[in-house]
Amino acid sequence: MSTQVQKNIVSEIEDQTGPVLVMEHLKKSFGNNHVLRDINLVINKGENVVVLGKSGTGKSVLIKCIVGLDEPDDGKLFIFGQDISELDEDELIDIRRKIGFLFQSGALYDSMTVRENLEFPLRRQLHSISKDEIFSLVKEALKNVGLDEAIDKTPSELSGGMRKRLGLARTLILKPSIMLYDEPTTGLDPITSKEISKLILKVQEKYNTSSIIITHDIDCAKITANRIIVIKEGICAAEGTYSELEKSEDPWIRSFFE
Amino acid sequence: MKKITLPKLQNENLDEEIVKDSVFKKFFLEVYSLTIFTLHFFREVFKPPYEFNELMKQTFLIGYKSFPLVIITGFIIGLVLTIQSRPTLANFGAESWLPAMVAVSIIREIGPVITSLIFAGKVGSGIGAELASMNVTQQIDAMQVSDTNPFKYLVVTRVVAATFMLPVLVVFADMVGLLGSFVGVNLKGDVSLHLFFAQIFQSLDFNDLFPAFIKTFFFGFAIGLIGSYKGYYSNKGTEGVGKAANSSVVFASLMVFIIDMIAVQITSLYQN
Ligand SMILES: Nc1ncnc2c1ncn2[C@@H]1O[C@H](COP(=O)(O)OP(=O)(O)OP(=O)(O)O)[C@@H](O)[C@H]1O
Ligand SMILES: [Mg+2]
Repeated sequence: MSTQVQKNIVSEIEDQTGPVLVMEHLKKSFGNNHVLRDINLVINKGENVVVLGKSGTGKSVLIKCIVGLDEPDDGKLFIFGQDISELDEDELIDIRRKIGFLFQSGALYDSMTVRENLEFPLRRQLHSISKDEIFSLVKEALKNVGLDEAIDKTPSELSGGMRKRLGLARTLILKPSIMLYDEPTTGLDPITSKEISKLILKVQEKYNTSSIIITHDIDCAKITANRIIVIKEGICAAEGTYSELEKSEDPWIRSFFE
Repeated sequence: MKKITLPKLQNENLDEEIVKDSVFKKFFLEVYSLTIFTLHFFREVFKPPYEFNELMKQTFLIGYKSFPLVIITGFIIGLVLTIQSRPTLANFGAESWLPAMVAVSIIREIGPVITSLIFAGKVGSGIGAELASMNVTQQIDAMQVSDTNPFKYLVVTRVVAATFMLPVLVVFADMVGLLGSFVGVNLKGDVSLHLFFAQIFQSLDFNDLFPAFIKTFFFGFAIGLIGSYKGYYSNKGTEGVGKAANSSVVFASLMVFIIDMIAVQITSLYQN
């Protein structure tokens, strides 16, 4: 049953040419705090969309709604053309398998080594995978982010930048079709930030992933974005390419680019 | 099949209300959400898939971590209890009852309760702190997006492990406690090991052993559950970790006494 569904959806993903992710009138409140009021968003296949917005505007909540960590109050969410609210649990799980989530804090498992951190999603999501396959995937993932040496260390022994890269490796190891990055470069020095931004770009090119990148780092936006969306007071206040928004009439939008 | 969306208590909203409310209301809110948590545990525990590897790992860790402490305190309690009881019994000329009396108090009451309190301090706070820090750093969320039911993987395994490990630890503590008592008896007397245990077994019966053993499962369950509950629903913030560890111990220890009281009431119904 489960494998059947997976096959269907995966084949649909391959056929997909239009938008991979669509949000229509998405709303989310916490008590009286109306965080997302009316979000409309389209992500096309192979596209990197950067989301800008001041701290606390609900950027993290937005992408948590996509993976089901937060439940939207209202509105529609289509992933690979499927209305999420119409899917049963097994189908939801299969769809979410295709989405990678990089947490703002990394969310590395402290009690596990670097290697076990990477093995965890593999073992949990690809049940019939052999030990050798796991090892070669782990090796490859670490090489992609330049962390080969750290395989037997624990997360507490890593620097901030290494932790970010490990978080990235753990998310990428399942080769997701949609990547959600929550502030991938925050707290890093400009050089490491640039490396991470380039890595994001490399991932997009290598695996043809579609991504949402939340960031306050305007250099990261410049490197990675095909399109930028600015969120203000719970709605998408502006949308355009980097150069379009940079020259915007609106001083508030321009202020992000200074 | 695995569940991705779990009922999350909206604790952040709840907490603000709690601060304004009376201690009384706070207490009942706590009991209410703990009850929901417990019900959720029973819904998840029998439902496959079972996290067998993680359960084994937790059982080992929980036993391994508290074993030395339990053994040392068990021995000392047995020894001290014997030394302290001797003068009173000697006053009545009943010194020969010493092994029997100490054995009954260790096995019925002191072994299980002291071991549980140590277990609450060591394991309950450990679970509380561990889950709280996983919560703060979004590790629990990360598991959820990795196709893993964090409640099953983290909570169910720890609660089951605590439930079955504590009775084992209590048996060890009782045995070492009796050994300590044997040493205590021989500080000022001369009783052979053979005679010592012969006296003990003469005075012990099924009514001493069985209820005392059964109640330790409940102690273990309560400690594991409360630690998990406090950790799983801790406040997002580093101060939440310390708070979770601390309140796990306080709440779990209190619970041990409450369960003990109920257990004693129930067993006394059946005896005479
Ligand atoms: N689980 C929750 N319960 C209550 N309120 C929440 C919850 N999660 C988020 N919020 C609120 O939603 C708002 C948006 O939070 P969010 O984390 O999405 O901000 P953000 O845009 O990602 O900010 P930053 O750039 O600082 O990460 C905040 O006001 C926050 O208090
Ligand atoms: Mg955020």
